[in-house]
Amino acid sequence: MGVYRWARQRSPWIVHFNAASCNGCAIEFFTAMTPIYDTERFGIINTGNPKHADILVMTGGANHRNARVIKNIFWQMPAPKAVVAVGVCACSAGIFHDCYNMLGGVDKVIPVDVYVPGCAARPEAIIEGILRAAELLAESGGEGVGGD
Amino acid sequence: MNPLFWSWSAVTIATVLGGFLLGGFLTGIDRKLTARMQNRVGPPIVQPFFDVIKLWGKERVMVNPMQLLYANTYLFFSVASLVLLILGWDLLMILFISAFASVALVLGGYSVESPYARIASQREIIQIAAAEPVLVLAMVGMFLVTGDFTAAAIPEHPRPLLVDLPLVFVALLIAIGIKLRKSPFDVSTSAHHAHQELVRGIYTEFAGPTLAVLEVGHWFEMIFFLVFLGLFWAPDWRIAGLLLTSTFILELLVDNISARYTWSWLLKVAWVGGMGLAAVNVAWLYL
Repeated sequence: MGVYRWARQRSPWIVHFNAASCNGCAIEFFTAMTPIYDTERFGIINTGNPKHADILVMTGGANHRNARVIKNIFWQMPAPKAVVAVGVCACSAGIFHDCYNMLGGVDKVIPVDVYVPGCAARPEAIIEGILRAAELLAESGGEGVGGD
Repeated sequence: MNPLFWSWSAVTIATVLGGFLLGGFLTGIDRKLTARMQNRVGPPIVQPFFDVIKLWGKERVMVNPMQLLYANTYLFFSVASLVLLILGWDLLMILFISAFASVALVLGGYSVESPYARIASQREIIQIAAAEPVLVLAMVGMFLVTGDFTAAAIPEHPRPLLVDLPLVFVALLIAIGIKLRKSPFDVSTSAHHAHQELVRGIYTEFAGPTLAVLEVGHWFEMIFFLVFLGLFWAPDWRIAGLLLTSTFILELLVDNISARYTWSWLLKVAWVGGMGLAAVNVAWLYL
């Protein structure tokens, strides 16, 4: 369905969840959502609601306690959906990697489509990661990227 | 076939297509102007169409089947009220049909377990209670001026309604701010997706195609109330268009310079300010 792909790339709505993180990437994420960066010009909207979102933006790594929450948010999102891991903690747990309570990066819990490295990731890099995920959404045939 | 049937069918089809396109573009202009007022570039004018097409192509996730019924009822009655207004039918009946659309939305919010949607439904009832009396009083005022409750009688009236009903028009600006879901009146949910209150208020549990239906329903609701305002200068459509454009920009300006207030403040403004102004105008016409 060409028209859906075309629209999907131009209207990526996001939901953000901050897992086990120092909060640095979350602050950079919210910086990216301010009028200075004006993500609405790409159609990006921070919905704050997994049922309305296409892209889950994760900051921080997964641990035993938040794995259930991450899965819950991911499963509430209607397909097609994509996940962007923002910051080195979401990519591979970063500085917390060998802690006894950590599971690792977010990809240990849910399928991740785009990795945005950095400690903390810059707002420009976060926006690029979201737009890359939107391209992946457009390329997917409606089945969703990754799946469960 | 009756020739009236064909002309009504043509008007209906034109209204449905025109309302859809105009509603989407107006929402796009709303988002663009809002962005410019906030010193941003903003999305393209056609962005609302991207959003609706994307939502329509998403997986159908519903909490219960009743959500689909209520969303479609909301869309149907929003479209029906606009079509009947264009056809020039009885204003009171049109108002009840448009109220039916709002009630369907409230029931949709109540049909789920989510506390966000339920609180927003309660607030939506308060919004209806705030806006509808003003609209009824406006229609009573229109009746006192033209001597007829039908919308078709207004363009035939020699003088523009605004001359006789200036205070009713001001009261309607409040009621239409409530109906367009603009700050400071957007207590149940905002017209803008990025404005978060109770997550997404009454829309919280609607997803994918069902949300697209609600979105399009809101476009028709918006056009309905703008056409209703246009009746105030019905004999000349150019001046009516100017009036509508300035009203729309005024609503956007108020939306951008004001914060969301509480529901009790909303009731005070709508009942004391809105109904007071409308009642004074109607009483003055009656005397």
